[in-house]
Amino acid sequence: MSAEAAAAHDHHHHHAPRQEDYPVDPHYGQATGGKLGMWVFLLSDALTFAGFLLGYAIARGGTKPWIPEGLPELGINFTACLTFLLICSSVTMVLAFQAATERNKQETLKYLGLTIFGGFLFLCGQYKEYFGFELLGSLVANFHADWGAWLAMGLTDEGLFFGTLGGSEYSAYGSTFYMITAFHGMHVLTGVGYLIVIFIRTYMGKYDDGNTNHIEICGLFWHFVDLVWILVFTFVYLIPE
Amino acid sequence: MDLQPIHSPPTTFIKKYVFSTDHKVIARQFLWAGLLFLAIGGGLGMLIRWAWGFPGEAVPVIGDLILPHSNGVIGPSTYNGIFTSHGLIMIFFAITPMMIGSFGNLCIPLAIGARDMAFPTLNMLSFWTFVIALLCVLASFFVPMGTAAAGWTTYPPLSTQIGTPGLGQTFMVLAIFFTGSATIMGGVNYVTTVMRLRAPGMTYMRMPLTIWGQWLTAILNVLFVPVLAAAAIMLIMDRHFGTEFFIAGANGPGDPILFQHLFWIFGHPEVYILILPAWGFAGDLLSYFSRKPAYWYKGQVWAMCAVTVLSAIVYGHHMFLTGMNPLLGQSFMLLTLIISVPAELLFLNWLHTMWKGSIRLTTPMIFTLGMVFVFGLGGLTGIFLGTISTDIYLHDTMFVVGHFHYTMAAAAFLATMGAIYFWFPKFYGCQMNEAIGKIHAWLSIIFITLLFGGQMVVGFSGQNRRLWNPFEYTFLEHLTELNLLTTYAAFALGISQLLFVWNFMEGVFSKRTCGNNPWEVGTLEWELSSPPPVHNFTTIPTVLRGPHEYANPEVRRTLGRDWISQTEELPSQPAGTGGADSGAAPAGGDSADGAADGDAAASDEPAAEVAGG
Ligand code: HEM
Ligand SMILES: [Cu+2]
Repeated sequence: MSAEAAAAHDHHHHHAPRQEDYPVDPHYGQATGGKLGMWVFLLSDALTFAGFLLGYAIARGGTKPWIPEGLPELGINFTACLTFLLICSSVTMVLAFQAATERNKQETLKYLGLTIFGGFLFLCGQYKEYFGFELLGSLVANFHADWGAWLAMGLTDEGLFFGTLGGSEYSAYGSTFYMITAFHGMHVLTGVGYLIVIFIRTYMGKYDDGNTNHIEICGLFWHFVDLVWILVFTFVYLIPE
Repeated sequence: MDLQPIHSPPTTFIKKYVFSTDHKVIARQFLWAGLLFLAIGGGLGMLIRWAWGFPGEAVPVIGDLILPHSNGVIGPSTYNGIFTSHGLIMIFFAITPMMIGSFGNLCIPLAIGARDMAFPTLNMLSFWTFVIALLCVLASFFVPMGTAAAGWTTYPPLSTQIGTPGLGQTFMVLAIFFTGSATIMGGVNYVTTVMRLRAPGMTYMRMPLTIWGQWLTAILNVLFVPVLAAAAIMLIMDRHFGTEFFIAGANGPGDPILFQHLFWIFGHPEVYILILPAWGFAGDLLSYFSRKPAYWYKGQVWAMCAVTVLSAIVYGHHMFLTGMNPLLGQSFMLLTLIISVPAELLFLNWLHTMWKGSIRLTTPMIFTLGMVFVFGLGGLTGIFLGTISTDIYLHDTMFVVGHFHYTMAAAAFLATMGAIYFWFPKFYGCQMNEAIGKIHAWLSIIFITLLFGGQMVVGFSGQNRRLWNPFEYTFLEHLTELNLLTTYAAFALGISQLLFVWNFMEGVFSKRTCGNNPWEVGTLEWELSSPPPVHNFTTIPTVLRGPHEYANPEVRRTLGRDWISQTEELPSQPAGTGGADSGAAPAGGDSADGAADGDAAASDEPAAEVAGG
């Protein structure tokens, strides 16, 4: 079987053979090496998060009260919006992939761009959550005092720090929060960079032959980052004291 | 179907030997790095033995050089640094790069019929990330207060600033982090390569057991090294950024036991990470050098798979004495004891493979026999540790040290040595000297057995592990002589490795050559020249049968030899199969069932032939 399938595969290979041109495998069908590799990596990455979340769970189980006197609570509403934003960016990612399979380059670029924008906004949101946008806040304050104050305010301004940074007292609450969300934020940052590369390559016409494999693999990573965030949001933000 | 790229060979020195993406070059890089650190780690091990054999005496010859401040005497804190770095170096920077980094890289593409790894660049990055880790290890020795000193398990609070304020501990934890990243990169590559790049006809059940071992190891690596990486990051945070994840009691609100959980969630799979490749080598080499099919190949495969799965859920047996819930303890005990069933099954299969074989006592075979022997001792002693009632007494004694040295150190070391002798033609194009090799093998086996046996006996007599001078305690005074004898065994083992150094170097630089297949083995790598060309296979081979087709009477009748390669067609088909001489579908038995056929051909058919004849 594989001999014929591979022969059938043969006709649409041009220039240098690529990863996705390897013979069709009876067990994995058309899944390319890159795609399998990404899945394996994501499993591995998931276990890194699992390690951190386990640490968080045990720390939380053993610390009473979890949120020490005087430290701010996490802003669930704002982060819920960020979560929604990330989910939306997953949807646009799917649409980008869909457009790519239909060889609609314009649409692909549009949705990839939206996905990048979503990821970028998420990062801005996280920055605001940590540190606040002071300059922007003071500008906005000219028009709307409350909003300006809100924009300028981050968790660090309210005294929540990682470890003993900023001369603060150590709290497991603050440290696990920053460790896990920052580790996730690094993933979003990586994902945005990755998406930008894919955007540029699409623009340059690298996928004009209808081979959407790289876009799909990038999508896998992006969906993973989204999925993990939903878990992080649930465990770190939503579980009440 | 010839679709994997053939790159033209690199021309510049840098591309060829330094930042090479060729899996065979990377295999050699890992081998050299591993051997170098094996020597360093071995030297550290001999220093530990010196401390126990001659407590308080200056280390001879090199003492003044390495310990100038104490005139060569190993003091308590130096001793802590020595045993810690010995363990970490041996596990992460000697055995792992050799057995997995080197042989995984060399064997996987060659033996499954691929031109390279699935991700050659990632492969290169993996090696160079590993080099960063090595630099961290080396750096740790040259900072104030010396290298890591909290034991290879790196338990807090010892491993926090409270126990080890020096930068050395940080460097070692960083090294663990970097080598972990390198391992994950390698793991992703190995797993994908095996899944994706097997040549046509190379079904899972036709893969050499070596490849099974490497593949399962890679899966464990990918899944559990990240947990260690998470723990390492948290530990670094505790050390330098004021967190107190692991610092408890008056010093903080954290939980040191959390680290033990994270460490052993990784750590127990890790011990199987280090033994599965050795099991793979053994399964293959015993068959090759007994000139018989591996006994119950599928049973061996399933046993290895079972161990892989079980290894993920037994880690609690390292923590029986942390005051865990007795019910949980009992569960871990049960699971732990269950894991010895597949281990035992493998062992019996090895014995059966040799039974009535035409054994060729080559150097690789002697090493493999040694591995089987010491693994037997180590595995059996594991049962006493896995049983809570005996572990309460044995925990943290030298008995544990003996146990894991037999299983992990001795078995992995002997298996790796056997593999080096066996695959040397594919590394450097010739065979190493067999006469010296055999002496090296026997001496290694004898002294390694005495060395770790000595540890085990003193442990059973109550000697705790990690004591700077055990004989300060009157109840251990009577063990002085036994410790001294063990120390002699250690030095004898160390000195016999000089034979290997000479033999290896001679082989590397010699102009001797050997044919493609000096051992008369049927797996794919032996159809290639020694060493193989850059792209390995000019045409991707089509695999027809399993890896252990020996002593098949039909092969003997038609080819006049006792082996046939995995790709060779028999000149004439045995009567009754019909004119299966169809060029169109030579790989007719390509599916998973084909593997079963291959198996049957290996074991049943010859018997039928004999009966018929
Ligand atoms: C055959 C079944 C095995 C059983 C039932 C078993 C059981 C155990 C148990 C219960 C311990 C903990 C002892 C203690 O700390 O009190 C232990 C320690 C250990 N075992 Fe095994 N083991 C087995 C095989 C292996 C193998 C195959 C390896 C490695 C290749 C291995 C490597 C280790 C190591 C490294 C440690 C101790 C690490 C440390 O505390 O520093 N074991 N074993
Ligand atoms: Cu264990």
